[in-house]
Amino acid sequence: MTHSGSSLPDLPNSTSTSGPMSEIRSPPPDRVLEIVLENVLHFLTCRRDRNAASLVCRSWYRAEALTRSDLFIGNCYAVSPHRATSRFRRVKSLTVKGKPRFADFDLLPLNWGANFSPWGSALADSYPWLEKLHLKRMSLTDDDLDLIARSFPSFKELVLVCCEGFGIAGIASIAANCRLLRVLDLVESVVEVADEDEEVMDWISCFPEGETHLESLMFECVDCPVNFEALEGLVARSPFLKKLRLNRFVSIPQLYRLMHRAPQLTHIGTGSFCASDDVAVGDQEPDYASAFAACKSLVCLSGFRDILPDYLPAIYPACANLTSLNLSYADVNADQLKPVILQCHKLQTLWVLDSICDEGLQAVAATCKDLRELRVFPVNTREEVEGPVSEVGLEVISQGCRKLQSILFFCQRMTNAAVIAMSKNCPDLVVFRLCIIGRYRPDPETQEPMDDGFGAIVMNCKKLTRLAVSGLLTDQAFRYIGMYGKLVRTLSVAFAGDSDQGLKYVLEGCPNLQKLEIRDSPFGDAALRSGLHHFYNMRFLWMSSCKLTRQACQEIARTLPHLALEVIDSQEDKADDHIEILYMYRSLDRPRNDAPKCVTILQ
Amino acid sequence: MLAKEHGLNLKETELCLGLPGGGGGGEAAAETLRTTGKRGFSETVDLKLNLQGNDNNKEDLDENLKNVPKEKTLLKDPAKPPAKAQVVGWPPVRSYRKNMMAQKVSTEENKSGSATTEKTASSAAAATAASGGSFVKVSMDGAPYLRKVDLTMYKSYQDLSDALAKMFSSFTMGNYGSQGMIDFMNESKLMDLLNSSEYVPTYEDKDGDWMLVGDVPWEMFVGSCKRLRIMKGSEAIGLAPRAMEKCKSRS
Repeated sequence: MTHSGSSLPDLPNSTSTSGPMSEIRSPPPDRVLEIVLENVLHFLTCRRDRNAASLVCRSWYRAEALTRSDLFIGNCYAVSPHRATSRFRRVKSLTVKGKPRFADFDLLPLNWGANFSPWGSALADSYPWLEKLHLKRMSLTDDDLDLIARSFPSFKELVLVCCEGFGIAGIASIAANCRLLRVLDLVESVVEVADEDEEVMDWISCFPEGETHLESLMFECVDCPVNFEALEGLVARSPFLKKLRLNRFVSIPQLYRLMHRAPQLTHIGTGSFCASDDVAVGDQEPDYASAFAACKSLVCLSGFRDILPDYLPAIYPACANLTSLNLSYADVNADQLKPVILQCHKLQTLWVLDSICDEGLQAVAATCKDLRELRVFPVNTREEVEGPVSEVGLEVISQGCRKLQSILFFCQRMTNAAVIAMSKNCPDLVVFRLCIIGRYRPDPETQEPMDDGFGAIVMNCKKLTRLAVSGLLTDQAFRYIGMYGKLVRTLSVAFAGDSDQGLKYVLEGCPNLQKLEIRDSPFGDAALRSGLHHFYNMRFLWMSSCKLTRQACQEIARTLPHLALEVIDSQEDKADDHIEILYMYRSLDRPRNDAPKCVTILQ
Repeated sequence: MLAKEHGLNLKETELCLGLPGGGGGGEAAAETLRTTGKRGFSETVDLKLNLQGNDNNKEDLDENLKNVPKEKTLLKDPAKPPAKAQVVGWPPVRSYRKNMMAQKVSTEENKSGSATTEKTASSAAAATAASGGSFVKVSMDGAPYLRKVDLTMYKSYQDLSDALAKMFSSFTMGNYGSQGMIDFMNESKLMDLLNSSEYVPTYEDKDGDWMLVGDVPWEMFVGSCKRLRIMKGSEAIGLAPRAMEKCKSRS
């Protein structure tokens, strides 16, 4: 049987250690099966399937390792870069996640870690053919970006979500050096920009001349002025560009020009959406609606920074086709929202501010029958007695949007009745995150804890995998979660529970639990110990301002050697000996050596 | 005054606000108005709140009180749950989002007034007050990260220094004296502080001058601070004479 490698260029020949196609000859019999396997495994794309396949036997493990081209590292400290690159030899696309989510809320010291550099060097050595890099909550420097830009000649996609540590220079290097770049998405990242008086590097001009391969360019979080001429030129010579998200320094008239240059756009993030200094008083302003009418493929709109609601009618021509609308940085009220939303019949994803009030939610419920995801963010984050949205809005949404799968809802008050209603009206819910801003708030109608509401959610929403709870909650709420939340993978708890029993219910009852983040809740050592049987199955556990002692953590570290327990604590002697933060995760390698002084790693 | 009680050796009485490794400082006399920096954060919040005895908050507090069973609360003083306080990281809105909202507000305020923009400016101002948006950039010499802090979240220099210490965990600050202000009149104390290798916070005020943090009462500081920069004491020495000048000219 001749080697069939010619139709599959990535298949390494068993007799050569370098290069895929160096020799063509009949492979030994035991190798034949592996080649067949490799061919078949190419069709497996889902990483969970691949993980399962790799456990069948050594031969499957090897074949799978050689054919996995998409590598997902959920916790950058779970494995060392070297371990990852040694096992998986032909990776073209890599995703790495770093800091735990609570870092977004300033609960972690800034220099905690998640540095990309060790990964960068390992990748440069092992995967010169790397095409895609997707990083979330990692810390990377301009030098790291420069390394990426220069090490991978086939590099196509860079997506940075909630990252920090780099500046314009790094971005410029990517623009200048990655000739095949298709995607440059900088999302909610903290980008160092020059101060107002210093000169800003013109990174847009760093893209090479001539036609580009750009399909997606998102730079909303790069908070400095851009060279508009260069940007317009770039858009004009990017025929494949479909997604463009601008920053607030791009004005509406400028957006207008860009849209007319690129009517093929499907996703647009507007810059600032208000009166522009570019247009002198008395000048005729362009017909902005015409730009939105020209982009006939538009399905997703976001941005709307510094919004002047008078300009909203410009987007009317696009509304009928919109599937995704993000107004979460736009302070608009119900009357300003209604004319827009009443035209958005196809909307599936909506992000808004609570400034739209329950009345605005009513309008959403009346029109957006296909809504799958809703996020309502608060304008005012202080704890108040009343707020603009409440149980009224939630209930109305549950009645109108029966296909809802994911909801994130901030409010000042909520009733069990409304939550129970949603649990019955929206059986497809996969993600339910309710944040009652006032801590320890009971149901304002009944004065009862919110246990029954969340209980109904876990009971009735059989597909639920992610849950965030709030309000006044007793151990009973956790008993419900343990009893019914069998598919729950991610659970967020804050200011809730009465005793260790609460956490025990969850750790003993939820077999699929992978990510558990808890803050300011009275769970202690006994509760922690009840999870020993499960911790290796979890990606991480975060507990801050709870009742854990260092001794208990030490015990667990000794019992489970492949767990890293990071104790983050600010001082030695306190009134009690409870630690401030425990961040615990499984790890195949020795403890990391890049932790700051305030972090002690028990292992 | 408490400042005198501490004597002249700032180092010994220096409050260690950094996370472990930042050294001791436990000799500080129990001062009512501030933490010694030796408590966990949630407890820190409690202490400050206990002292607020603000009558405006009473009604809301009472309402919340009757709904909170006693054993539920994790707070030090169950009689005064922090109905209006800001707790770090709560509600869970990303600081990225908070920064974006704050920027939006300040650009609205900068726009010249037409009828519409006046309305938005005043509602923007209300939104600032409500969402607490007095965000200033904070940079620390030698650290690659830039951050923004919302000054209206803090009630005193001590609060701010606690928060900065948490953010830049290797950062420790000198003693602030009883009013929470640097005693600029005492040149030798000031020089001790600045000659150390400790970091001191400096800020750019409305006039564009770089000053030492702590030279004016807290409220005045919040109003005039445009940007914060944490630098080594030895580098901040150049600022001291100017700071003292301004201080003297005020008093």
